[in-house]
Parts: sequence; C-alpha cells; structure tokens
Amino acid sequence: MTGFVSIKNLEKHYGDFKALKGIDLDVAEGEVVCVVGPSGSGKSTLIRCINCLEKFERSSEIIVDETPVIPGKSLAKIRAEVGMVFQSFNLFPHLSVRRNVMLAPMRVRGASKVDAEAHADTLLKRVGIFEQADKYPKHLSGGQQQRVAIARALAMEPRVMLFDEPTSALDPEMVGEVLDVMKNLADTGVTMIVVTHEMGFARQVADRVIFMDGGEIIESGTPDDIFSNAKEVRTQNFLSAVLNH
Amino acid sequence: MELIETFFNSEVLIRAFPMLMKGLWITIKLGTVSIVAGLILGLLLSLVRLYAPSSVQFLARVYIDIFRSLPLLVLLIIVYYAFPFIGIRLSPFWSAMLALTLVSAAYTAEIFRAGIQAIPNGQFEASQALGLSYRHMMLDVILPQAVKIVIPPLTNNSINVVKDTALASVVAMPDLLKQATQAQALSANPSPLIGAAIIYILFLWPLVAAVSRMERRFGAGES
Ligand SMILES: Nc1ncnc2c1ncn2[C@@H]1O[C@H](COP(=O)(O)OP(=O)(O)OP(=O)(O)O)[C@@H](O)[C@H]1O
Ligand SMILES: [Mg+2]
Repeated sequence: MTGFVSIKNLEKHYGDFKALKGIDLDVAEGEVVCVVGPSGSGKSTLIRCINCLEKFERSSEIIVDETPVIPGKSLAKIRAEVGMVFQSFNLFPHLSVRRNVMLAPMRVRGASKVDAEAHADTLLKRVGIFEQADKYPKHLSGGQQQRVAIARALAMEPRVMLFDEPTSALDPEMVGEVLDVMKNLADTGVTMIVVTHEMGFARQVADRVIFMDGGEIIESGTPDDIFSNAKEVRTQNFLSAVLNH
Repeated sequence: MELIETFFNSEVLIRAFPMLMKGLWITIKLGTVSIVAGLILGLLLSLVRLYAPSSVQFLARVYIDIFRSLPLLVLLIIVYYAFPFIGIRLSPFWSAMLALTLVSAAYTAEIFRAGIQAIPNGQFEASQALGLSYRHMMLDVILPQAVKIVIPPLTNNSINVVKDTALASVVAMPDLLKQATQAQALSANPSPLIGAAIIYILFLWPLVAAVSRMERRFGAGES
C-alpha cells in the first residue's frame, strides 16, 4: 500500500555530496509525521523535495495524492495541494496581513475578491490574528507573523502541510502560540510533515517520529518508540544531547 | 559690468527665449520617449538576463556590456551617418532616440537585475510553494518590491538620458543646446548658451534633489 505522500528511493546530490541517500517514506492521509535529527542531516532537503523547491535525482520518485512530483504542468497542482511554512516566515512585506492570505486563492484558484477576503478573515480568526488583518507584516511579532504564514498556506486548502522548523526563529515566549495553532491543525485531520527541534511537540502530537542522520532515515516509530525505546545508538545519542540541554 | 553685458545680456536673452523654449520642448520629448522605451526594453532584457536559457542569457549579457562600453556620441554618429549606407535613413530625432534608448536599456537592465536580485530568495520560494505561476510571482510579489529599490537609480539614469539628449545637436537636432548655439551665432553674443545651461539646471535640479532625498530615506532603513 502506498501513502498519500509516497517517497521512494529519494536521492539528492550537490555535486559529489549526497544530501539524501535513498529515502523511503509513506505518509498516510491525516497522519502527523515529525522529522528530527542533527543539523545538516537533510531534513529541510527532504521536505523541500516534496513540493519541488529542490530538484532531486531522476531515479527517485515522489507521489502526492497520486500525482508524481516532476517539474512541469502537474507541479502547479501539487503546489496548490501542498502548503509550506518556513523557518523565516517569508511573508510578503508589501502586502497587508489580509492581502498576504488572499493572494494565492485569487491568483491560483481564481477566487473572487469577496470570497478570498471572507475566507482570509475566517483563517485569521482561527490563528488569532484577525485584529491585525490590516497591518503590514513588519508591525507584527515573530510569533504573529508565523501564524499569518500558516493562515496563508491554509488559504489554499492544502491536503498536506510541510513545516520546516517553524519555531526555530522565534523568541522562546512565542513558541507556544505557534505550536498551539499547529496542534489545532493536527486535530482537523490535515496531513502534516513537521521538521522540528521541539521534542515536546513531537511527543505529544506526532503519530510517527522519524530520526534522520547523514541523509538517511535511521529510525522511525511512534513517539514512544523513539523517545523512550530508541534502538539505534545514533538516535539515543542525539536525543540525550537534545533532551538534557 | 562688461561681463554681465557679455554673458547675461537681457536684450539678447529675451530675443532668444522663444527659440530656447522650442528647443526645450524637443529636448523633453526626446528625453521622455527615450526614457520610456529604455525602461521597457531594459526590463525585458533584465528578465532575459536572469531567467532565459543560458545561451539567450549570454546574448543579453553581451548586449548589456557592449552598450555600456560604447560612447553614446559614437553610437549616435554611427546611427545617423553610417546606417544610411545600408539603407536605414533615420531623422535626427529618431536617430537620437534610438541611440539613447539602446544605451539607456543596457543601464536600466542592470538596475532591474540588481533590484530583483536584492529580493530575498524566501520571497520566490514562498510564491512557488503557494503555487503562483511565474507571471504572478513576478507581477504580484517580486516586481512591486523591486520597484522600491530601483526608483532612485532609475531616476539617476533618467537624468543622464535627459543630459545626453544634448549630444543630439551634433546630428542637427534642434534641441535646447542646438537652438542656443544658433541664437548665439545670430546675435554674436554667448548669453543664449548661458540661458540654456540655466534651463538644464533648473529642469534637472529637482530630480537630482529627489534622488538624494530618496536615497537618504531608503538608506535610513525602514526594514
Ligand atoms: N545548495 C547547497 N549546496 C551544497 N550543499 C547543500 C546545499 N543545500 C544544502 N546542502 C547540504 O545538504 C545537507 C543537508 O542540508 P539540510 O538543509 O537539508 O539539513 P537540515 O537537516 O535541514 O539541517 P538544519 O537542522 O541545520 O536545518 C547539509 O550538509 C548541507 O550543507
Ligand atoms: Mg533545515
């Protein structure tokens, strides 16, 4: 059985350097997968391949909702269905918060301005930013900006959400508000693949945790399997380094 | 006293005034047409230079480098005096317009390229991740941000174009400078030349000041 997101033998080379060395991963619809691992292990590269922000080797295969991820026509469909949240927010600074959320539905889905605005306001209420809808991103705190970025991605009604260390650029007191939004999102049944250093979040929310190192998946299992009963030495070392920090 | 009689002879200036105004009008027309055409061609060139297949990119680079190295006066004289040998006969106005546009486009292309490259990669990635087409990414996200960055250097370039229109007097264009030299010959007094110089300054000074203001404001960094 293949998953909603199905990754087979994923390889990514930078010249001679292999950032990903044959990743196999199936993610079921509605599943929440957290990806953890040391810096440089290929976590970002992995999720960036899923919406083709990173091109990968020809021999590899990624399928999202039965559509293969390859550069070209079908990519628009994939990207409309896969939302992404970046470590550095990447909001559009020249647009108001509401306009940030409205842009893609209007331009990609052809939504009318009225519909896009109504939908944007609903989403902004959901992430608790509605009061700031007319402000520009630079006037918001980091945590607020990241919540807008989540709303912006959700506006396309994605079936899969990718998160690349969404709280790593935030001051500690703002991490919680973003994680809360993500937890609520997980409860709505959206498929989520989350690269994170927040082990508490992974333990509480993930259906499955994946540990990566050196461009490979070293170990994967339920949060309990990984956090309490890791079999691989590398996983144990990584976790003891992070958790006793 | 004699100096004022020579350089600021009011009688001569008043007589030359209508000629100078006619010349100013032609200078403005030539400058405006060249600036607008240079902007459009330059924007297209910058997009080719950044995003076209690499062989076409290379051609754009060659174009940009050639027209930035070629002295405008040389280009103008080639267009006006050499093109007729291959059957292309352009009026002084269109010769000057062509030369000014070709050169301005090369500079404008570099300005736009720098402006686009100053936009953080994350803006491109966020647009792509949302599924925006290339066209919408550029029109809705990248160019509106780049425009802010490129307005001061583009204004500078426009000032240069207006100044360079004076070269057109070499190919008998009745622009401001040409009118002034003719008025000088007629009255055997250099006051019209001084008058023309003052008109150039009065006309361009506000633009120069505006660039300084913009640079100071953007430089102050409202991030
Ligand atoms: N453009 C590139 N050129 C060359 N090497 C790259 C490039 N991008 C990434 N790499 C390398 O690929 C490897 C994987 O990078 P990646 O960003 O996926 O790691 P990561 O697990 O996300 O790390 P971090 O936790 O620091 O974000 C790293 O060794 C990195 O140096
Ligand atoms: Mg990373």
